[in-house]
Amino acid sequence: MNEKEMRRLIGEVKHGKLSRRAFAQRMMAVGLSAPMATQLLAIAGVAHAQPKSQYKPTKRGGGGLLKVLWWQGPTLLNPHFAVGTKDQDGSRLFYDPLAAWDPDGNLKPKLAASIPGREDGTLAADGKSAVWKLRQNVTWHDGKPFTADDVVFNWEYAKDPATAATTAASYNECVVEKIDQYSVMVKFAKATPFWADAFVGTRGMIIPKHLFAEYSGAKSREAPTNLKPVGTGPYMFKDFKPGDLVAGVINPNFYENNKPYFDAIEMKGGGDAISAARAVLQSGEYDFAWNLQVEDEILARLEKGGKGKVVISPGGNIEHIQLNTTDPWTEVDGERSSLKTKHPTLSDPAVRQAISLLVDKDSIEKHIYGRTGPATANFVNNPARFVSKTTKFEFNVDKANEVLEKAGWKKGADGIREKDGKKLKFVYQTSINQPRQKTQAIVKQAAQKAGIDIELKSVTASVFFSSDVANPDTYTKFYCDLQMYTTTMSQPDPEVFMVQFASYEAATKENKWQGRNITRWQNKAYDDNYKAAQSEVDPVKRAAMFVEANNMVINNYVVIPVVSRPGVSASGLKLNNSISGWDNNTWDLSDWYKDA
Amino acid sequence: MNRQYIIRRLLIAIPSLLGISVILFGILAMAPGDPFEELATNPAIPPEVRMALRAKFGLDDPVWQRYLHWFSAMVQGDWGFSFQSRMDVDRLILQRLPVTLIVIGASQILAISVAIPVGVLAAIKPYSIFDQIASTFAMIGFSLPTFFTGLVLILVFSIQLDWLPFVYRADINAKGWAFYGEHIKQSIMPVVVLGLAQAGTLVRFMRSSVLDVIRLDYVTTARSKGIGERKVIVRHVVRNALIPVVTLIALQLPAVFGGAIVTEQIFRVPGIGSLLIAAIQANDTPVVMGVTFIISCLVVLFNLIADILYGWLDPRISFR
Repeated sequence: MNEKEMRRLIGEVKHGKLSRRAFAQRMMAVGLSAPMATQLLAIAGVAHAQPKSQYKPTKRGGGGLLKVLWWQGPTLLNPHFAVGTKDQDGSRLFYDPLAAWDPDGNLKPKLAASIPGREDGTLAADGKSAVWKLRQNVTWHDGKPFTADDVVFNWEYAKDPATAATTAASYNECVVEKIDQYSVMVKFAKATPFWADAFVGTRGMIIPKHLFAEYSGAKSREAPTNLKPVGTGPYMFKDFKPGDLVAGVINPNFYENNKPYFDAIEMKGGGDAISAARAVLQSGEYDFAWNLQVEDEILARLEKGGKGKVVISPGGNIEHIQLNTTDPWTEVDGERSSLKTKHPTLSDPAVRQAISLLVDKDSIEKHIYGRTGPATANFVNNPARFVSKTTKFEFNVDKANEVLEKAGWKKGADGIREKDGKKLKFVYQTSINQPRQKTQAIVKQAAQKAGIDIELKSVTASVFFSSDVANPDTYTKFYCDLQMYTTTMSQPDPEVFMVQFASYEAATKENKWQGRNITRWQNKAYDDNYKAAQSEVDPVKRAAMFVEANNMVINNYVVIPVVSRPGVSASGLKLNNSISGWDNNTWDLSDWYKDA
Repeated sequence: MNRQYIIRRLLIAIPSLLGISVILFGILAMAPGDPFEELATNPAIPPEVRMALRAKFGLDDPVWQRYLHWFSAMVQGDWGFSFQSRMDVDRLILQRLPVTLIVIGASQILAISVAIPVGVLAAIKPYSIFDQIASTFAMIGFSLPTFFTGLVLILVFSIQLDWLPFVYRADINAKGWAFYGEHIKQSIMPVVVLGLAQAGTLVRFMRSSVLDVIRLDYVTTARSKGIGERKVIVRHVVRNALIPVVTLIALQLPAVFGGAIVTEQIFRVPGIGSLLIAAIQANDTPVVMGVTFIISCLVVLFNLIADILYGWLDPRISFR
């Protein structure tokens, strides 16, 4: 899809010929995220979607206790310190951002009265500023009013390096100014097509200035409110035991009428994913369980218990195989997989193509992941199984054989192909995790039929994913030929995500393997395209550039996408809730209710 | 009882605790992993943030320096600061210790109150049907791991019969009898799992201990003096037979804490065991040190208690 086509589609949405959802799905098919698609529409002047509320209760409270299970419980409740989504999910009980991402990638106002848009002039056409109008009836749980000062304070707090906020990246690049008591302007030095990052979604929760102002910067960890949140959210803090329990009671002054429905909430931590699924699906002891990384077969069996249902929410995470471009078996200046080397066999595009033809994604989906891992062709997610026009996947052993034969790789006496004395023998590593070992086996079997010998290696997750400089088995060192893991797209905008293929980001000894480019792929065309996209003012052109970037990665077989990993959770049959793959599980907690 | 003896034993404990802490710290430092690992794999978090956090929590210092820092703070009563939850370690542990003590205490009481009568009755009539049944159950009890019995109980009593909850909740929104009722209901399964595993060993031990004593001459003498059988057993046999069993109970208590870690995980009991597991998974060194240190203190303490009880039960044993 090129820029022209994209503009045509936007025009169609504008004139009502194409639905927003259909547009988002087409964008996803070429590798963009749903939120990115809706942002394109906003900047092009298409009015924001008005999310329909499914909320039925006609009065606040009366719903009793809501019991939810997070098998890894939140360990801290300051959203700016959140280490993982569990902490964000827990903080979301008490804190709200200005706006949140719904499952379709649309923005839903939370503390904002409306979403910045072109039609009322709150969103600049050049993408350099956005004005947020705030709700005026909001009070903190301690009764103090919520104002623009609080919003500005959050920006100052998060961007201060001494605070060491995990949200810093969302606030470093902008300047936030108070316009009046109830509106703020977010300004960017350069055109920022993805403007809805600061104060939005997972990293946008607003903490109160009057309780944190004294504890900004180096003193941030001493703030008593870190452990006893005072927010604006649907529930007020009651109790917190790190890793075990977060408890809240209804906020009688919540800013939306008739919400929330439940009188209290209990978020219980600990245990494991299977028993969490059991507590919702089979015994009905709990109403909701988070992040069920369990084989679909087991989930389906538990679902027969008839107490709950499995909820799948597409997002941007993807299980993929990386092909090393450097030589992992030769040491140069104290490091293997050095940029100074070239992989002896994988540097041949035919070999790369053959391997990608040997990954039987459909079988992997069907026999291993089921609903929890739809096969995908794009590196940037492709949730709704829309076949992309440019990148597609196929599993074809004959074709792989043909490609290799043509490129001069002949089978030797042992059945393994070789050329110039170099054999097609690879080591394929991943972390220890049952579905991953099964996937490895499927790939190995197919490769054997094509005369490629694959040795499987599995590393304990705590070693594989560690940043330990001394350990040779980490994924960032990539001291083998192929490796597989899930990369998480924690931000709807692809800019941060796609940096992992920029040449200058290569992980090396020099940068202590902190570089994001693990495959060490070096490609000038990609770098130029990426750099151009970074400074592109026109959002549509920029989007088209990212589509192109995605195509380059796939067509050069830098990585082989296997399956996308949507969010998997379980809900009780009576519970009505909306789970978004682009935001926290608890993004819309105020609207959860149970059928009577 | 010799006060000097107790003081000497406590003093001897100090170097062993110190050694334990050095070894623990060393192993943790050598183990792979990083408390801020999750930040490293998330491309949206700049590496500077992680570096700043590492520096802030002193993770970049050499191991010996970190140990000395921890040690000097510990001596002053400061248990350190959790990387994961940014909370004082002693507070974290205190939050969870009561639950562990209640569950372990209840399971020990259950184990003792089942094992002693069963063991004695089985020994009085060895190889009777009762003895056979008791031995079989004891064998099952101590050979099945707690994670297995725990799962079986969950499947039967929670899933099939729907009688008992299998998620332990420390906060219960109820008052008066309902509060205690709920607590007892949710404690039944973890307590039974832990208690029966203990009882298995104790039954076997009690039985053989009673069998040893019951053949002794003084028991025959007591019988021939015309003392009632019941009195002979309770006053003369059981009291002497208990001596080794008491030692066993005291020495096994620390192992119970270990076993409780697994049980706590299965039933989501918010005790120090589940805290330890979470901390190990997250490489949260100060918390791991805190919890393991408490467990090693318990080992030392219960060793001492066992020795003291020994002397109390059998005055012939003297202390020097």
